[in-house]
Amino acid sequence: MSEYIEHDKNRISVGIVAKQFYSFAEPPDEMVLESGAKLGPVTLAYETCGALNSDKSNVILILHALSGDSHVAGYYKEDDEKPGWWDVMVGPGKGIDTNRYFVICSNILGSCMGSSGPCTINPKTVLAYGLDFPVVTIGDMVKAQKALLDHLGIRKLLAVVGGSIGGMQVLEWCVRYPEMVSAAIPLATTVKHSALAIAFNEVARQAIMADPKWNHGDYYGGPKPDLGLAVARMIGHITYLSDESMRLKFGRRLQDKSDFSFNFNADFQVESYLRYQGKKFVDRFDANSFLYITKASDYYDLEKQHGEGSAFKAFAKTQAKFLVISFTSDWLYPTYQSRAIVQALKKNGRDVSFCEIEAEWGHDAFLLPNERLSALIRGFLERVFHESRK
Amino acid sequence: MKAENNDTGNKMRFDLQVIASWIESGARVLDLGCGEGELLRYLINHKQVRGTGIERNETKVAQCIEKGLSVLQGDINEEVLDYPDDTFDYVILSQTLQQVYEPAALIRSMLRVGPKGIVSFPNFSHWGIRLQLLLSGYAPKSRQLPFEWYDTPNIRVITIKDFRKFIHEVGFVILREVAINTHSQDRHGKIISALPNLRATYGIFLIGNGK
Repeated sequence: MSEYIEHDKNRISVGIVAKQFYSFAEPPDEMVLESGAKLGPVTLAYETCGALNSDKSNVILILHALSGDSHVAGYYKEDDEKPGWWDVMVGPGKGIDTNRYFVICSNILGSCMGSSGPCTINPKTVLAYGLDFPVVTIGDMVKAQKALLDHLGIRKLLAVVGGSIGGMQVLEWCVRYPEMVSAAIPLATTVKHSALAIAFNEVARQAIMADPKWNHGDYYGGPKPDLGLAVARMIGHITYLSDESMRLKFGRRLQDKSDFSFNFNADFQVESYLRYQGKKFVDRFDANSFLYITKASDYYDLEKQHGEGSAFKAFAKTQAKFLVISFTSDWLYPTYQSRAIVQALKKNGRDVSFCEIEAEWGHDAFLLPNERLSALIRGFLERVFHESRK
Repeated sequence: MKAENNDTGNKMRFDLQVIASWIESGARVLDLGCGEGELLRYLINHKQVRGTGIERNETKVAQCIEKGLSVLQGDINEEVLDYPDDTFDYVILSQTLQQVYEPAALIRSMLRVGPKGIVSFPNFSHWGIRLQLLLSGYAPKSRQLPFEWYDTPNIRVITIKDFRKFIHEVGFVILREVAINTHSQDRHGKIISALPNLRATYGIFLIGNGK
């Protein structure tokens, strides 16, 4: 999801950040997962930026989406090619202003960016887990994040913020630990995947599992299922864009040629773009993690798990003030899904603001530079920070 | 809310000043069609109300949220349906009634989610409008209703007398009414006591469900 990020054009940045690690749930005190399986030890990679104030009232937890990581903003070293994935939003004077707030972002459980996942070493076998890694849920991810915050001595979050699968974690935080969350900003998200979203995820998973090199998840130390993962990523990218954005970005333009090649090389720019994105993705992402995280997002059903099938009942557990945001061209998590969240919050008498931002870039709009999005988040955070100090 | 906010009553639109004066401190307020949030912001800063706004226009919604207001983007007729009974103390419909397709249904919804409603609208029976129609024979235009018949968003023409009759017919009661004379963007105006239906540019009504 960080394909878009570039150096800030005004060179405004949180500067150098460091990836840190926290391990817990050492056997025999393993973490019990939603499935009933046990996992331990559990490691979470995380990063922080900004400064924690004296009464610890300025903490913002950012939750990342499918392919994100703990590197939300800034640089690991001066000559990094790119900053963190949400550097447009997080930094001094930006929408989430690190001069005022202390930002924490942790890599999700099941990922491959430093937190425990299928590519980490199983202490019992001293080999990578592969498919022996238990299936984790959005709830498990949030429980692990709670353990990290306990370790950091954080009892109250000014805000939880995230888009897409990150937005699911935002909602989960609000119902699971309501007393800890003052405010919540779920972006381009839903309480449960539609059949359409599950269908795309399933095709992407099938692409990975159909690659002979996948070898039932046991490929660590050998050739990786790069072809399958690349195709999975290509499918993802289609769902993150929109008809309009693809028309504007590619149309039917050809790539480096004036006529068709009359073979099966990439003729169209859109083909070339998808191939490039697919290839680039396999260098940084693990195919098994893709399976685990997409599965967790498909399983997610806030209504079923926390409200006996009712969004109204589920959101009755929340205490936070909400800013819900959707994007007009997002057909993966369409506005009606955000409106359902808003409606359940209203019925419960919660303080909720909602804005549907006109944007052509589809689901990925929340990751792109967007003055309106930054201003909305900045204004909302200012209010809740002010109100939390009354 | 920024502490340096210096909104004052005499800077706000005069009709909104009148509405604000009717609302007591700490009340729960829903502003339907809240625009850029001028009234809500004033009420929060000066009367410590708990305010929510509903507005259709994305840019205006964004301006409200950026100012630190709690505002929802949506259609007022639909959005008001989600709230439980008596969620608010006051539900405000300021200069929007003339654009509402089903006024009776909306007023009923308003007085379901709060015991009191405040409704304001441009008075179509002002003498200037009467005179225009009489003398020119064209559909009247005014500072308050500046559109041509073919491009106006205002699908209803309402007079102060009509509104009184309407509230009676839908079974609600008028608790208070004021007629004012001002231009829509004016910060100043005056209250009209004599012959309001003829002389006032706006009517402002506090209505209740009679319970």
